[in-house]
Amino acid sequence: METSVSKLNKFIYTWLILFLVWLGFTTTFAFAEVVTGILLSFTVSIFSFKSFTHAGLKSLSPKRILYMVQYFFVFMLALIKANFDVAKIVINPKLPINPGIVEFESKLTSPFAKMLLANSITLTPGTLTVDIIDNKFFIHWLYVTGTDEETTYREIAKQFEDILIKIYN
Amino acid sequence: MDLFFIIIISVISLGAIFAVIRFIKGPTASDRVMALDTLSVMLIAVLVVLGFMMKRYIYIDVSLVYAVLGFIGVITIARYLEGGI
Amino acid sequence: MQILNYIGYFLVSIGAAFFFLGGLGILRMPDLYTRLQAGTKASTLGAMSTILGIGFMQPEWMIKTIIIVIFIAIANPLSSHALARGSHKAHQLPYLKDEKVGDAYEEEVENLQKNQKEEDK
Repeated sequence: METSVSKLNKFIYTWLILFLVWLGFTTTFAFAEVVTGILLSFTVSIFSFKSFTHAGLKSLSPKRILYMVQYFFVFMLALIKANFDVAKIVINPKLPINPGIVEFESKLTSPFAKMLLANSITLTPGTLTVDIIDNKFFIHWLYVTGTDEETTYREIAKQFEDILIKIYN
Repeated sequence: MDLFFIIIISVISLGAIFAVIRFIKGPTASDRVMALDTLSVMLIAVLVVLGFMMKRYIYIDVSLVYAVLGFIGVITIARYLEGGI
Repeated sequence: MQILNYIGYFLVSIGAAFFFLGGLGILRMPDLYTRLQAGTKASTLGAMSTILGIGFMQPEWMIKTIIIVIFIAIANPLSSHALARGSHKAHQLPYLKDEKVGDAYEEEVENLQKNQKEEDK
């Protein structure tokens, strides 16, 4: 996967993203600021483009961006639902929990996609990623309903992984 | 409008007091770090609200820097607990 | 723009309520991992909603508030994950209520260590 993307491609992608971050931080289009930003992001991307990205400019294709938007909405819904779930448990005087650590195996290959999946799992109802070893995700679950891998996969990861597989595999 | 923000800050502070209790009680170091992390996120939100009340843009920048520093602090302590920074 | 102000008030109130619930959660829960769950989720949504609400009230601050929100959405779960992993490696075991539900991570780590020892021999 790494060999198929040229160095220049990666470099331009890194430069572009870093420059956008600069614009976001300064929130101004004054001439001096913009020139400083271009030069600084150029310097930083010389040193960091090798480890910054694997896919290069391909990450900005419209298809990927559309899937990212869809992912964002799925994620926000899950986040709000998660908060109401936890709030219900916290307010309940009996504290109805049944915690445990479960595992499931993911089909994702790209490290960035794994990071996204782990973060999303952390922010969805009653689950917290403890560690990833190769493809195995270890999840602390607030209310365990089943310990076999299929149940955990269906309950925890399916809704995110379906979209992430379309983007990154 | 000012009353609204005073109520908001009081509610957040109530949550912060719970976090401080956990910080004092917390049986292990990890509990304390977690309480500190929650406190710092609360502080970021309160800083932004205060900035709006006083109409000072600089508070937003301060809260951004605070968020970055708090994140680095928690990651460092977590690495230390894991054994090896 | 009055309507933006109302959206802002609504979001800020929601955020404050979740901060309160998050504080209550980390006080009431029985062990580190459940506390992390309550604390992280509530404080993430609380901060996102409060800061975005301020952004709606003061539209010229919108870009900066969105940057803070994105940063918190990425950094908060990461730090809680790092803390959970670090504490588990420091042999702080999770609170288990049900006999049937185990700690799969502990078993995996033990297996890996056993394999490592066999390879060393």
